[in-house]
Amino acid sequence: MNILLEHETPATDLDQMEIVYQRPDALTDLATHYCPGCSHGVIHHLIAEVIDELGIRSHTIGVAPVGCAVFAYKYFNLDSCEAAHGRAPAMATGIKRVLPDHIVFTYQGDGDLASIGGNEILHAALRGERITVIFVNNAVYGMTGGQMAPTTLAGMKTTSSPAGRNPLTQGYPLHLTEMLATMPGVAYAVRRSMHSVAETRKTKKAIRHAFTAQQQGLGLSIVEILAACPTNWHVEPADALDYIRDRMLPEYPVGDFKVSEGLGDRRLGD
Amino acid sequence: MAKGTVTIQTDRCKGCGLCIQACPQHVLAFTEEFNARGYRPVQLDERAHACTGCGVCAVVCPDVVFTVYRQPARRAA
Repeated sequence: MNILLEHETPATDLDQMEIVYQRPDALTDLATHYCPGCSHGVIHHLIAEVIDELGIRSHTIGVAPVGCAVFAYKYFNLDSCEAAHGRAPAMATGIKRVLPDHIVFTYQGDGDLASIGGNEILHAALRGERITVIFVNNAVYGMTGGQMAPTTLAGMKTTSSPAGRNPLTQGYPLHLTEMLATMPGVAYAVRRSMHSVAETRKTKKAIRHAFTAQQQGLGLSIVEILAACPTNWHVEPADALDYIRDRMLPEYPVGDFKVSEGLGDRRLGD
Repeated sequence: MAKGTVTIQTDRCKGCGLCIQACPQHVLAFTEEFNARGYRPVQLDERAHACTGCGVCAVVCPDVVFTVYRQPARRAA
């Protein structure tokens, strides 16, 4: 239900205007359960817009993770399934092999993909499975209450590292996308961020390239997205974007780690 | 006449304020009232006529509450 508020342009004017943005078809009409300011919602609509623009909704299959985005299958208006924790790349492998003409993507957080699912993504990449992985990195386990993840920054306080992550005893942050970029089976491996409007637009382009790489059958494509978790970072939503810029970007620089030479519409911009 | 405008699904808004921070024309503000979910949603404020329909609010909105309208480009006379 659209509500016109007091100060808005009257409805009669709307008839003379053209709609330049509306809810994408690839999203259902459900309200999400995400916290205010969570980047998951933004990334959902970016993926949905790309799917609509490429016109692939009828033959795209999503695989939802375990974590905050566990209900992603309810929010995407396309065929989806729910994988066991971290096993989305394995499930996507099966779907893609049975239905090779379909576009298959997984949507995973850092706890799901980089921790418990490290094995699955590693070997899916080694096999060069033609799937797309959307890797949402917010450096904590969100759903379970903000525990330390493999991607947690050194010195970052979480509920399971209350004194700040000490690399000497708790390890260093994992750079999964750079690691995957070294593998021949990976066609596209990039990192993007959500900390500004410009970066968000670049993220959308990267998601588009990742789907295009799969359409061209080049190999596994992964887009890592630095995302805000205001709740577990204990900051306001707007400050969470500054946190990405000031704290996460120095550890996780954005960039293209691998772009297959065969990738067609690479020149469309980045 | 405004170059553009937005409609806002205020019952979906969670009041994160990312759009308020991102809006280049500074035409968005929180309402005084709460919506059914208990958040103070955003609305166009008294500077609504300055909205250009650029759609930046829709890009950053996690809850897809915006529909963005723009005046069609004026044809040369």
